[in-house]
Amino acid sequence: MMPDTIPYTTHERPDTGLYNAKIGIWLFLASEVMLFGALFSSYVLLRVGSTNWPLGHTILNVPIATFNTMVLISSSVTMVMAWASLKLNNFKKYRLYLGLTVLCGLIFLVVKGFEYNAKFEHHLFPSTSTFMAVYFTLTGLHGLHVIGGIIVNAYFLGPGSKMWFKEPERLTNRIEVSGLYWHFVDLVWIFLFPVLYLL
Amino acid sequence: MSDTNHSSHKQSFWRTYIFSTDHKMIGLQYGFTSLIFLFFGFCLVMLMRWQLAFPGQPVPFIGKFFGEANMPGGVMLPEFYNQLGAMHGTIMVFLGVVPLAVGAFGNYIVPLQIGAPDMAFPKLNMASYWAYFLGGVTMLVSFFAPGGAANSGWTSYPPLSNIATMGQTMWLFGMVLLITSSLLGAVNFIVTIIQLRTKGMTFMRMPFFVWAQLVTAFILLLAFPPLEAAGVLQLMDRLAGTSFFMPSGLVISGQPLTISGGGSPLLWQHLFWFLAHPEVYVLILPAMGIVAEVIANNTRKPLWGLRMMIASILILGFLSFIVWAHHMYLTGMGTVISAFFQTTTMMISIPSVIILSSLFITLWGGSIRFNAPMLFALAFLPMFGIGGLTGLPLGLAIADIHLHDTYYVIGHFHYVVAPGTIFALFAGVYYWFPKVTGRKLNEALGRLHFWPSLIAMNFIFMPMMIQGLAGVSRRLYDGGASYAHAQGVLHLNVVMSVAAWALAIAQIPFIINLFWSIKSGERVKSDNPWEATTLEWSTPTPPPHGNFSTPVEVYRGPYEYSVPGAQKDFTPQDQPKV
Repeated sequence: MMPDTIPYTTHERPDTGLYNAKIGIWLFLASEVMLFGALFSSYVLLRVGSTNWPLGHTILNVPIATFNTMVLISSSVTMVMAWASLKLNNFKKYRLYLGLTVLCGLIFLVVKGFEYNAKFEHHLFPSTSTFMAVYFTLTGLHGLHVIGGIIVNAYFLGPGSKMWFKEPERLTNRIEVSGLYWHFVDLVWIFLFPVLYLL
Repeated sequence: MSDTNHSSHKQSFWRTYIFSTDHKMIGLQYGFTSLIFLFFGFCLVMLMRWQLAFPGQPVPFIGKFFGEANMPGGVMLPEFYNQLGAMHGTIMVFLGVVPLAVGAFGNYIVPLQIGAPDMAFPKLNMASYWAYFLGGVTMLVSFFAPGGAANSGWTSYPPLSNIATMGQTMWLFGMVLLITSSLLGAVNFIVTIIQLRTKGMTFMRMPFFVWAQLVTAFILLLAFPPLEAAGVLQLMDRLAGTSFFMPSGLVISGQPLTISGGGSPLLWQHLFWFLAHPEVYVLILPAMGIVAEVIANNTRKPLWGLRMMIASILILGFLSFIVWAHHMYLTGMGTVISAFFQTTTMMISIPSVIILSSLFITLWGGSIRFNAPMLFALAFLPMFGIGGLTGLPLGLAIADIHLHDTYYVIGHFHYVVAPGTIFALFAGVYYWFPKVTGRKLNEALGRLHFWPSLIAMNFIFMPMMIQGLAGVSRRLYDGGASYAHAQGVLHLNVVMSVAAWALAIAQIPFIINLFWSIKSGERVKSDNPWEATTLEWSTPTPPPHGNFSTPVEVYRGPYEYSVPGAQKDFTPQDQPKV
């Protein structure tokens, strides 16, 4: 409404060296670390307390998950490229790279959907065992985070990108912030993959 | 009073009062909503106190309005009693005290005290309020769910809560909304305090209240997500049939449950208390902040040991994360773990005592003005002191074995929260009311509110300690009437209940005062009626959109009262050095 009244929305505050949204996203990610940290801790406690815990690869499909890991890591790379393109004043490349990021996110979700479906077909549900419960809860929550990231990035790809012509620096900052979130989502998966599929 | 920066923006009713992004309006929205919830939560407990004092007797006058499902013939059913208990705790903590302390006072005062035009993210601020509002509505609506509201205590321990009625699911959804609200608020507060401090407002020049809000925001930010995780897991247990908190071989009413099992009820307790112990500091730190402001102002002295107080509050915030399992000595988690948590619990009492002692020492030799805010702030000191000291035996495993889950625990934390935090919040209402409205609250009504409240509260909570020491358990539907060991202290139930209803009557002067003074209270003669030093008193009254009519700069510390050689006995922070 009146962005000019609140200082440091676009430019850094000299003594902290940060603009507002950047601290904001780091704080948000800190709370996300606590959220997933609590879930991982729960997993450890449940696994330590159980008499027989299945090895992930005996139930889950490792090759598919490996493919999905690649997709997500690639999307993190394209996300950085999108931000870098804005820094280099190349709006066309920005749209290309951000589009690729969104596409990778969608591929990840579709693959995940097939994976879920295969589990249901084998009558493996969250209620089947605590292992399956952990699997569905953690990947499901991660999936929700992916969907959130896709929505935000799709907005910046479409209507949100108009900001480039009025406040280019502000859009660049927004992409940096959204990128930090996207890398975090990627990082969560990099923990989830070995914990669930390999160990 | 007109606003030079934003006078061109004439905003609609909806933008100004309902979907406002101005931190002051959001603060007031939080304030009104949370005061209503506080009163509602108090009403729930007044109903419970009838059942405790006169078990099995029909509730007079209003009993027939609660329906056959809750009070057949006006007699309260145990199921309904449990709902009242669970919802009293939930509403008072998550919908009453925290939103009032953080959402209302934090939102209104923090940007003013640091010289900021607004919060860093005004839209998130609005979203935070509406998430809180929806969470509150969800909790209220849950009373009409089949089987009524959540009835497993405010702690929602599984397996009981996993098999409870639908109200528990709504409780969980409500909590997710409240957690979202506090997350948005916490991010906003921290960014605001770090980024939007005006020129010259260094960290060490920030008022103690701002420090308290900063530490509180960090606690909210980092302690709430584990409860969200726990909430997600319990939702999965209830809706998707998982067994995160359900052990193998569980038998309910003689029927073995058909679940996969392998879960751990203890896991919930760990996740819950990882939030809920830091939550205690969320309840108390803003209160300490308010009391510090009021005491410095009304003793006309700088706070004694301000730097030490700031160090203490930081240590308090850090330690609050590693004391949670002192709620769980009786779960059989082992003596080594108990020893660890006993040690940290004893450690955390040190910074609390430092802050309280500093406030006491500040009184020494001051020419104290005994006005309404000061009375509440002064009462906070011994009341919180009793609350804190009675907590020490609970922190030691050996004493806790006797006291765990007795009325002693209830007495202890109510001393911390009711005559402690809520008195501090009242002090804040009386202290900042002139800034918000331009009128003072009536002093005589304030005293009529204060003294009966103080007496009634002690008659409610002190007998609880006595009952607890005699071994009366909390959450007993009949108040202990069917237990032999409780017979000697049963008569106290009537005392406590009468005192609770007296406390309700003591709030009437406050409610009248609040509404009457908005229209007809004594007008303040200046923008700084209390002759205070901090920045919120340098704004016009009430502060316009954008807060400060001219850019404000800070030249000195927050509490320069009675500086030798100064013209007056207070030197505002924005008064330049000559």
